[in-house]
Amino acid sequence: MDSEVFKLLAAGLCMGLGAIGPGVGEGFIGGKALEAIGRNPEVAGKVTPLMFVAMAVTESTGIYSLVIALIILFS
Amino acid sequence: MDISLSPEILFYIGFFPVTNSFLSMLALSAGLVLFSLIGVKRLKDVPSKIQSVAELVFEGSWNFALSTIGDEKKTRKIFPYVFTIFIFVLLANLLTLIPGQSAVSYQSAGGAVPFFRAIMADYGLVFIMTITSVIMMQIITIAAVGPLGYAGKFINIKNLAGFFVNLFKGKLKFGMLAQGCLDVFLGFMDLIGELAKVFSLSFRLFGNVFAGEVLGAVMLFLLPFFGPVPFLFLGLLSSCVQAFVFAVLTLVFVNMASEAGMQSE
Repeated sequence: MDSEVFKLLAAGLCMGLGAIGPGVGEGFIGGKALEAIGRNPEVAGKVTPLMFVAMAVTESTGIYSLVIALIILFS
Repeated sequence: MDISLSPEILFYIGFFPVTNSFLSMLALSAGLVLFSLIGVKRLKDVPSKIQSVAELVFEGSWNFALSTIGDEKKTRKIFPYVFTIFIFVLLANLLTLIPGQSAVSYQSAGGAVPFFRAIMADYGLVFIMTITSVIMMQIITIAAVGPLGYAGKFINIKNLAGFFVNLFKGKLKFGMLAQGCLDVFLGFMDLIGELAKVFSLSFRLFGNVFAGEVLGAVMLFLLPFFGPVPFLFLGLLSSCVQAFVFAVLTLVFVNMASEAGMQSE
């Protein structure tokens, strides 16, 4: 196997493993936000932007692995 | 498929390489400045359509910032910076959805170079925006707690020094040693946290926009015409959300920096 194969393998592994954590975390945040809205529908307008911010923060580790994978692939 | 991580260089002015994302950014900035200059002169009591939209966006953002910070005087100082970032990032992301821009290209020695590029898919610009915000946060913190308080946030050796003072007096206090070591470690972690802010803020925006571009290109390659449509909707959502998140995180961090003094008292 030459280095090109390892590059592709590394990029795939990096993205796939890196997507696990943010996936679980964002699902948790979304579920909790829906729970809160279900309990008290008037706060939907307040909860939704906060939910997006929390999701974006959770997402950052996934984005790191995405950036690493893209660097491996394209440079 | 031709995908490159760094923006393509169109031509040189002296030694200064002019890239395609730099040109797009200049065009967007010029458009925004012109819009505000003309708009301010034409403000009316009975708003026109464009003026009402602008007022709607402005008032919504102002109310949101006010509810986040909770102090009108402080909001007045922070809001212009954060709102400019929000509008700039939002329009930069939305501009990528205009169809046909990737067709405009420029023939150079190394092949066709696209004339336009997603502005936020240039890491240099995103990094500069982030580092400006983070440096501003440090300055605000120094202004709020003073230079000594600022240094004390990162280097906290009060308890460790206390342990050694007690040791010289012949008393052995292991609780103080543990507390002192923990303080030093936490100060170190705070320092890393400030550095991590730069990377987490900038990589989030850059990664999302660049990934959107790559995803669109890959989908167009795999399933022409209809494949990319759902991903365009995703791009529309993420371009708004990312602009919002970038601005809100800047707002929250700046607010936290200005409140640093009150917490330590």
